[in-house]
Amino acid sequence: MARDGGVTWRRTEKIDRFNLSAADTAEELHVLAVDDSLVDRKVIERLLRISSCKVTAVDSGIRALQFLGLDEEKNSNGFNDLKVDLIITDYCMPGMTGYELLKKVKESSVFREIPVVIMSSENVLARIDRCLEEGAEDFIVKPVKLSDVKRIKDYTTREFRVGEEERTRKGINKRKQRDSFDLSSSSPPSILSSSPVSSSSSSPESQSPSPSPPSIPSASSAPSSPSPIDSHSPTRRVKTTSSE
Amino acid sequence: MDVVNQLQRQFLDYSASLHREGFLDDQFTQLQKLQDENSPDFVVEVASLFFEDCEKLINNMARALEQQQGVDFKQVDASVHQLKGSSSSIGAMRVKNVCIAFRSFCEAQNREGCLRCLQQVTQEYSLLKNKLQTLFRLEQQILAAGGSVPTIE
Repeated sequence: MARDGGVTWRRTEKIDRFNLSAADTAEELHVLAVDDSLVDRKVIERLLRISSCKVTAVDSGIRALQFLGLDEEKNSNGFNDLKVDLIITDYCMPGMTGYELLKKVKESSVFREIPVVIMSSENVLARIDRCLEEGAEDFIVKPVKLSDVKRIKDYTTREFRVGEEERTRKGINKRKQRDSFDLSSSSPPSILSSSPVSSSSSSPESQSPSPSPPSIPSASSAPSSPSPIDSHSPTRRVKTTSSE
Repeated sequence: MDVVNQLQRQFLDYSASLHREGFLDDQFTQLQKLQDENSPDFVVEVASLFFEDCEKLINNMARALEQQQGVDFKQVDASVHQLKGSSSSIGAMRVKNVCIAFRSFCEAQNREGCLRCLQQVTQEYSLLKNKLQTLFRLEQQILAAGGSVPTIE
């Protein structure tokens, strides 16, 4: 899979509804969707496929870890072989919650760079904050719509295209700041603007910085598009969502 | 093409009434937009999964509420929570709304209230199932007559 950081190319905003040819599969994002509800899995799968993503849908956090190869800590080769580009998980699941899955992913040196998005039917601010603090890239209040997937995909796609040098300039996720990168400039805070932790300064974290394997796809970066990111912040979404 | 037009009109009117009466909300429209030539039966498939889910969950709730020695309200609530989730995802608004009330009764450990909600949710699920079957039948008739199903805005 060609991932050299030197090449960046524009991607149109429109959702492509055609069947992807073999040439396009290298560009396809591979999303791991985790949800115990069969109905929700079917919906998220369709939303992702129609957004030109490759989807693997599993029904539990355990299965997600198994798929990643994280369940028994057997990172035999230390690579993200399946090239999962994004994990989108339900919060409320029996057994392992989405939050616990998030933590496990972020604790893994191999997989922690993969953006994790949490979905929940309940827009509890404390829950949202907790997830963002733990390193979630975004939080979607269910029911998930095409616009939610589009937003996440744009976000991930931008990261996908961005080279390693670009990665050093972002500072949204404080977890990444523990890496030994030279953060030249702080990026405008986006979805984490609601988080109490300042995203631009280096945060005191207990974990020591570790060098990231170069083969891992780049994680969240400062969105370079002029779109008003703040309008998509979880707290805004919380207000506008039509729920009980 | 008059037959097709008539059927299309019927479909649009019926669809509008389902929305007006609260059976379906915008999420259902969202799902219809995801249907295309690559996934022509998407909505029917999701609806089928939803109704299977309904039946399973309603049975769970009924069993849990029947327990004479003491109702495990947490268990009932877990099922209601799941049903609320899937009804929300498909746009089954009336079912979802009953679930919301249902959860309050679970929290209050009110068996009578729960039983009433169980009855309501069963009713709403049956109603919706019939109505969607009618809607899907209209779609089939349009396609069989050589027309295309109009998109709802």
